[in-house]
Amino acid sequence: MKRTLIGAIAALSLTTASFAEEMKMAVTTSFHNSGLSDVLLPAIQKDLGLEVQLLVVGTGQAIRLGEAGDVDAILVHSKAAEEAFLAGGYGTHRREIMYNDFVLIGPMEDTAGVSAAVDAKEALQSVATAEAVFVSRGDDSGTHKKELSLWASAELHAEAFGDWYTSVGAGMGAALNTASGMNAYIMADRASWLNFGNKGSLALLFAGDPVLFNQYAYIPVNPEIHAHVKSDLAEELETWLVSDRAKALIDGYKINGETLFVFNAVQQ
Amino acid sequence: MSDLWGGLTQAIWLLVTLDADLVEISLRSLQVTLTALLIASAFALPFAAFLVVRRFRMRRMTIAVLNALMGLPPVVVGLVVYVFLSRSGPFGVFGLLFTPSAMIIAQVIIIVPLIASIAHQSLRELWGDYHDLLISMNTTQFQRIQALLWDGRRALLTAALAGFGRAIGEVGAIMIVGGNIDHATRVLTTAIALETGKGDFALALALGFVLIALAVTVNLLIHRLSHTESEGRW
Amino acid sequence: MQMFPLEARQAIVRRKGKVLAGPIDLTLQGQGVTIVIGPNGAGKTSLLKMLHGIARLHSGSLEWACPTVEARKRQSFVFQRPVMMRRSVVENIAYPLRLIGVAKAEARQRAQEWAVQVGLGHALKQQATLLSGGEQQKLALARALIRDPAVLFLDEPCASLDGRATREIEEILIRAAANGTRLIMSTHNMGQAQRLADEVIFVLHGKIQEFAPADQFFTGPETKQGRAFLRGDIVE
Repeated sequence: MKRTLIGAIAALSLTTASFAEEMKMAVTTSFHNSGLSDVLLPAIQKDLGLEVQLLVVGTGQAIRLGEAGDVDAILVHSKAAEEAFLAGGYGTHRREIMYNDFVLIGPMEDTAGVSAAVDAKEALQSVATAEAVFVSRGDDSGTHKKELSLWASAELHAEAFGDWYTSVGAGMGAALNTASGMNAYIMADRASWLNFGNKGSLALLFAGDPVLFNQYAYIPVNPEIHAHVKSDLAEELETWLVSDRAKALIDGYKINGETLFVFNAVQQ
Repeated sequence: MSDLWGGLTQAIWLLVTLDADLVEISLRSLQVTLTALLIASAFALPFAAFLVVRRFRMRRMTIAVLNALMGLPPVVVGLVVYVFLSRSGPFGVFGLLFTPSAMIIAQVIIIVPLIASIAHQSLRELWGDYHDLLISMNTTQFQRIQALLWDGRRALLTAALAGFGRAIGEVGAIMIVGGNIDHATRVLTTAIALETGKGDFALALALGFVLIALAVTVNLLIHRLSHTESEGRW
Repeated sequence: MQMFPLEARQAIVRRKGKVLAGPIDLTLQGQGVTIVIGPNGAGKTSLLKMLHGIARLHSGSLEWACPTVEARKRQSFVFQRPVMMRRSVVENIAYPLRLIGVAKAEARQRAQEWAVQVGLGHALKQQATLLSGGEQQKLALARALIRDPAVLFLDEPCASLDGRATREIEEILIRAAANGTRLIMSTHNMGQAQRLADEVIFVLHGKIQEFAPADQFFTGPETKQGRAFLRGDIVE
């Protein structure tokens, strides 16, 4: 019996043998949940023979992974955190790739009247005034940080909110599930929202204010701090990400006919 | 209810069509967990037998600690393994974080106390039976452990299967140390967590049903194997 | 190698502060069948285990004519409730040979021969735990004799057996004694004691009351308790 088991395991191990070059990149949940990675990764594999292994985490954790040298590059969307990362010497440089936008989701009946707002500031103020249930990521992710900065620019203090402000400490999908279950307001990136399968009675209520734009940037991990990182592969990937081929794929990616990402990398 | 039904039909569909991704992550689940099980058993079973035959000062204490460790929270194990394997951790140079090896290490740590504890319970009973005879026969410590492991193999199999059940259904630790990387470290449980996050409950449930079916199949298979063995020639 | 005499000096076995046997002063010579008798709870089992060396001495000494390690290798013990290993009959009987490094095939061959000798030839591959009480005791005997021990201890081996099984076991014992195996055996079947004994040890309250040649003990015990026990009175 022992021999059968060992044989079975040996056979299983063979299936995972792989000879392609590979690198690890930490990306945000919003990027992955959008489905864009499913388009980009096979193209990268095909063009460069490079297998990019994605660690799908919040921006906070992505930056920690980069600092620890556990990934070769990060692709995130929280400028302040990115600049702190660079200031600490953990990354070589920051390269803007594309942006998408955040949207406000809420119950179809829109008790707080968010859809009538003229800008994001007013939309959030109306949620706070109505004390309508609002789900916050609360996980130190890029989306969470963005949400907090929006409350601040609306002259409101999230930490002083009452019970209606629900901080779930979870990823975008889990937070959307919670919002769906509670029929609550929530801020999400457009891509995650469109791809989300459990909408329930939620609807997109507000979008379009430029402050809701969400810039993604690519930062290779600094090989001077972590000698083992595959900086040559990270560089190859960067060249590809700002290429015309990537531009076409990113700009052409649509869900339900809607464009999600806008390529805005500065090309040489 | 519609999710449940959708999950069930989708599970059947995935199985019938032998969906490539499903096969891949199922095999990886099996590979990781069976490897972890083999390694864990290699430690835990002899250790359990040793605890039974050997009297030493800290024995009771060791057994109590072992029993307590059965309830080790996987998330904490994952976190600790993560910190150790991270590039900036003590074992960072091996580059094991976010690989199946890291998942195996975490699972081994989670199930060793469980297997050892259950094995210890049943071997203690067997040792109660054998004690006088083996002492009288002038056996060495090693021979006693050998006899207990061999004659107690049925009960030990049960202990190992309990370990298998815990390992294959575990998500907290392997999510942290494996990273749920597509085509590298994604297994059934982490895939379920991912699909739940996307709000795709039907697919998540389908994967859940596959996971349950897999666990049941492995259990039946191992029981069948051990049964035919015991009825074979001596 | 000369094992006998076996000398016990002020030997005491205790458990949880209670004396089970001793102090024992005894010299055993190298021939014949010694039968240990006495009422239930008198310490027969403890005495046998003490002599065999599996009950740790609390005080006193126990010395063979040869080093104890050597002596331990050449003795076997048959328990009142035979211990069946969870294996087949043949594997059970072969086990003591496997312990001393006899190759599997040879051990199995010799175990089969012994199984046949004790009348278990029909059940070679059966699970030992499924045997009847008498068969289990025969298996235990074969297992104890397969290493050809110089000394065989038996603790009431026929206690729960019917007449036929008892006779079969006694026949095996007589054969072993005839081949030169020294038997030291407890029983509370007086008939069995009279049939087998060359010398008798009468135990009461953990101490040896009488130690005498069999005919001498059975015809005229020296102690009051010995006489009462032989009459079948309850001895306290």
